[in-house]
Amino acid sequence: MNDPIITIEGLNKTYEGGFQALTRVDLTIQRGEIFALLGPNGAGKTTLISVVCGLVNPSEGSVVVDGFDSISHYRQARERIGLVPQELTNEAFETVWNTVSFSRGLFGKPPNPAHIEKVLKSLSLWDKRNNRLMTLSGGMKRRVLIAKALSHEPRILFLDEPTAGVDVELRRDMWNVVRGLRDNGVTIILTTHYIEEAEEMADRIGVINRGEIVLVEEKAALMKKLGSKQLTLQLQTPLNVIPSALDQDELSLAADGHELVYTYDGRQEEEGRGISALLTQLEKEGIGFKDLHTRQSSLEDIFVDLVKERS
Amino acid sequence: MNLYPVRAIYMAEMARTRRTLLQSIVSPVISTSLYFVVFGAAIGSRISEIDGVSYGAFIVPGLIMLMLLTQSVSNASFGIFFPKFSGSIYEILSAPISYLEIVVGYVGAAASKSILLGLIILATSSLFVPLEIAHPIWMLTFLVLTAVTFSLLGFIIGIWADGFDKLQLVPLLVITPLTFLGGSFYSIDMLPPFWQTVTLANPVVYLVSGFRWSFYGISDVSLGASVAMILLFLIASLATIAWIFRTGYRLKP
Repeated sequence: MNDPIITIEGLNKTYEGGFQALTRVDLTIQRGEIFALLGPNGAGKTTLISVVCGLVNPSEGSVVVDGFDSISHYRQARERIGLVPQELTNEAFETVWNTVSFSRGLFGKPPNPAHIEKVLKSLSLWDKRNNRLMTLSGGMKRRVLIAKALSHEPRILFLDEPTAGVDVELRRDMWNVVRGLRDNGVTIILTTHYIEEAEEMADRIGVINRGEIVLVEEKAALMKKLGSKQLTLQLQTPLNVIPSALDQDELSLAADGHELVYTYDGRQEEEGRGISALLTQLEKEGIGFKDLHTRQSSLEDIFVDLVKERS
Repeated sequence: MNLYPVRAIYMAEMARTRRTLLQSIVSPVISTSLYFVVFGAAIGSRISEIDGVSYGAFIVPGLIMLMLLTQSVSNASFGIFFPKFSGSIYEILSAPISYLEIVVGYVGAAASKSILLGLIILATSSLFVPLEIAHPIWMLTFLVLTAVTFSLLGFIIGIWADGFDKLQLVPLLVITPLTFLGGSFYSIDMLPPFWQTVTLANPVVYLVSGFRWSFYGISDVSLGASVAMILLFLIASLATIAWIFRTGYRLKP
């Protein structure tokens, strides 16, 4: 798959006052994918999105959206983009219907009540369409921001920390909406520091730290490459040392010899070792176990390692 | 120019006016009526005619100008300041629209509101004093040009202001004093010669004088000077706004 919808090249951003928020950022977003941009607070996630959406002037570098330069052809570039900002900001006295219709007009589209209705229904806002924004709960306001971003039928949707401060149910609803959009061919770029979100949703993951893109990888490949698994066996009789026949780097004893821990990733299986080989060998050695469980290192572990490594 | 975004901004701003009808239309009308009662009826009866115009009628153009200037500035500055303050300006800045469209939407709405207000005050004052309008076309021209120019100024102030205090600063400390000292309530002939010269440095004198000329055919300065002054203001405001958008001043870091 190589059909870029956003191409960012050599992007630098130094704010007035000298703070360098982005350093030589190169990034390509593929058409139709869900891309998660991960990074700690202040890493440059929002600045990067803001440059693409035209909220922040870049110091250097270029952004091309679907073939249109984000500065010289800002109309074509921006009409393809919907942005859901991080902060809950809206005109408190407007009604839901009016504010969403306003957004559509603002993005240069003729009125289309049927589309607005569809968007509001998909976000469970239809019943609230005549409510003023100030009467809505935080979660509902978040939905309104998404509805505004979708009002002009964008091809690209930016979600800047969409689930910060949102309850579990709404988060699930939101992911359903996002999946539905992706199925309709909308490209989605989300920033988050909830790693589980990226893990669950994203096709590809980029990690940004201190204004630099540290890594971009397919999620599955990333998990495979960097994510290790652990198999823990609870032994029937504790061991003092690992029998020499079993001895390998990946094995260790824990809990005073009551547990045997096997750390592995994709490689052992390829080399003809791996779990099944281990279990066969254990049986041969007469080592019995009561229970076993495996644990996969999450993106969070990977992410913490990466960010730590670089700083 | 795409008209949908302009219309969206314009209609949203006009809707805000409707929501705040009391504050944006009713209160200026009431305060103008108070001026009429105090200056026109109470004091005016003791002041002789000025250039053949009764004092009550004489102050009508100045009063409309006073309201026009202060309301244009405050409407337009609040219109752009509020989204900046609430953060919802992100949407305006990320929309596929030109700066021209943004300005036409916001300033157009603020100016429409001021023009409407000016006409309402004109109608109200006709209840208090006999009015004649010698040059209606010029009257409307001055009304529209002043409303647009000072709405542009208000737009600039709204972008410049980073707090509610600054929003009030210019109308309170600059516009209102200049209007009061700009011959709204007197002819500058009534001043000692020295202060007449000083007053000519006040740009509002030219606006009030031109506007009053369109009513009664009397003026403190020539019509040409009045028109030149308002156009100068207009061009200066447009140039400042062009600069703001080119540099992203206070809008885009």
